[in-house]
Amino acid sequence: MNTQRLFAIPRPGLRWLPVWRRNFLVWRKLAIPSVLGNLADPLIYMLGLGYGLGGLLPQVSGVSYVSFLSAGTVVASTMNAATFEALYSAFSRMHVQKTWDAILNTPLSLDHILAGELVWAASKSLLSGLAILLVIATLGLTTSPLALWAIPVIFLTGLAFAAMGLIVCALAPSYDFFMYYFTLFITPMLLVSGVFFPADQLPAAVHTLAAWLPLAHAVQLARPLLLGEVPSNVFMHVGALLTITVVAFAIATMLTRRRLLK
Amino acid sequence: MATLNLADALCVRGLRKRYDDQEVVGGIDFTVPSGTCFGLLGPNGAGKTTTLRCCLGLTAPDAGQITLRGYSIPEQAEAARERVGVVPQFDNIDPDFTVAENLMVYGRYFGIKDAIIRARIPDLLDFAGLGGKDTARIQTLSGGMKRRLTLARALVNDPDIIFLDEPTTGLDPQARHLIWERLKQLTARGKTLILTTHFMDEAERLCDRLAVLDHGRLVTDGAPRALIATHIEPQVVEVFGDEAAAWARSRNTLGERLEIAGDTAFFYCRDSAPLLAALADAPALRYLHRAASLEDVFIKLTGRELRD
Repeated sequence: MNTQRLFAIPRPGLRWLPVWRRNFLVWRKLAIPSVLGNLADPLIYMLGLGYGLGGLLPQVSGVSYVSFLSAGTVVASTMNAATFEALYSAFSRMHVQKTWDAILNTPLSLDHILAGELVWAASKSLLSGLAILLVIATLGLTTSPLALWAIPVIFLTGLAFAAMGLIVCALAPSYDFFMYYFTLFITPMLLVSGVFFPADQLPAAVHTLAAWLPLAHAVQLARPLLLGEVPSNVFMHVGALLTITVVAFAIATMLTRRRLLK
Repeated sequence: MATLNLADALCVRGLRKRYDDQEVVGGIDFTVPSGTCFGLLGPNGAGKTTTLRCCLGLTAPDAGQITLRGYSIPEQAEAARERVGVVPQFDNIDPDFTVAENLMVYGRYFGIKDAIIRARIPDLLDFAGLGGKDTARIQTLSGGMKRRLTLARALVNDPDIIFLDEPTTGLDPQARHLIWERLKQLTARGKTLILTTHFMDEAERLCDRLAVLDHGRLVTDGAPRALIATHIEPQVVEVFGDEAAAWARSRNTLGERLEIAGDTAFFYCRDSAPLLAALADAPALRYLHRAASLEDVFIKLTGRELRD
């Protein structure tokens, strides 16, 4: 592929919808175990740590530990759901099942496929985040109507992590490769972004650096909303997540073109 | 500069494609008139699949012009593919869906409305010999059934042109004959077929015209019968047995051409009577006397050595 076409700006238009629908149709067949699977794990952690560990703690950032942890759990499980979908599931469709190859023989282009996968992974992570949000509301851990604003935050978080995941998918020779991404990026980020404890507990240098991470922006938006406050620096955090989505998606598109359209 | 003829389904001029330091397609030209079946033959690695990928706009060529359905490729490939069907070399049917769901989901990629696809599905399944298999899971289908489903899927958008990359590789003879018969029906309906294969009998039966590709270049092209008449003596006698090679070498004047491969000697003859008479005096040798085929042309043009 010549350089000009390789680096062309992605132009997905709206023709990606059939790709999204394809994934939705597969998901629908397995919807209940899928939602339960995405829900059970984070809830066990949230309730176990929140009430167990939380019982030993005084208030954290002015609220009970389980309330503090709940917002972190919403965005962390959103991140996980989007990442898993863009890594393992998208890789299966691209590399193992050759679903993307089949679609490329239709009028759809790779840009459409990737846009469909991006929005799909974000949609699936939205379901995951929403399910946890619902449990949190049912338990009375959030009561403010402001918590409804967490819904677009969840979707935006899903988009950002799906876009980054698609970069890793484009580079992966096999499933084993994804372990690096989790061990070197996702897990450390989970611990420094203020999900389990306030990030300012960390050494100043780490805290400053960690504030740049995508998950930190999501936490900074979701936590105040769930606690009934308007987040500070809304535009900065939303802008950061949007920028990550756009830039990561452009990189993922170029890398996937290089991989599949040789 | 090629002149555009709208009656041509596909027109390829000066196509070149290089991967790193290897030239896979080295400047080829061919034209496929609408409503005909065109075969691209060649050993493994000859550049057939790369040529097809270029024609579909999936790979940008380094040089050359391609016109598919009147659209310039790769620039207008998405529009060109609206009415093109593809049967890829390896089945990539969606394993998460049933037979009918596969057709439905695939039709949506063309922007066809669900109701229209749903109405087409029974005919498509009948055509592919999969009637009543609507709700069958893909894992329960045999290799031949999967191949036929791939063919049905390639027809979901009612294409004018169908690309088939080795459509019968790996199939048993029954399945292969069924595919052949269906492909003939498609040409009878006025569809244009462009297929790659290394089954010479398949090419001979199906193709109006074919081209032999080797090391990225077109070695020859024409109608199957004409290629045989042009390139090869009309009769072939294959002689086998331990002594065959030595026996043949000492009698190489009995045919216009002699080739020896392992313990088989191939005599290519205009008149085989003297050779057959000589064979009658050599009861230790077995032989097969047959008309020259496309396979003989293929072997003559591309050599006997193995390709990987």
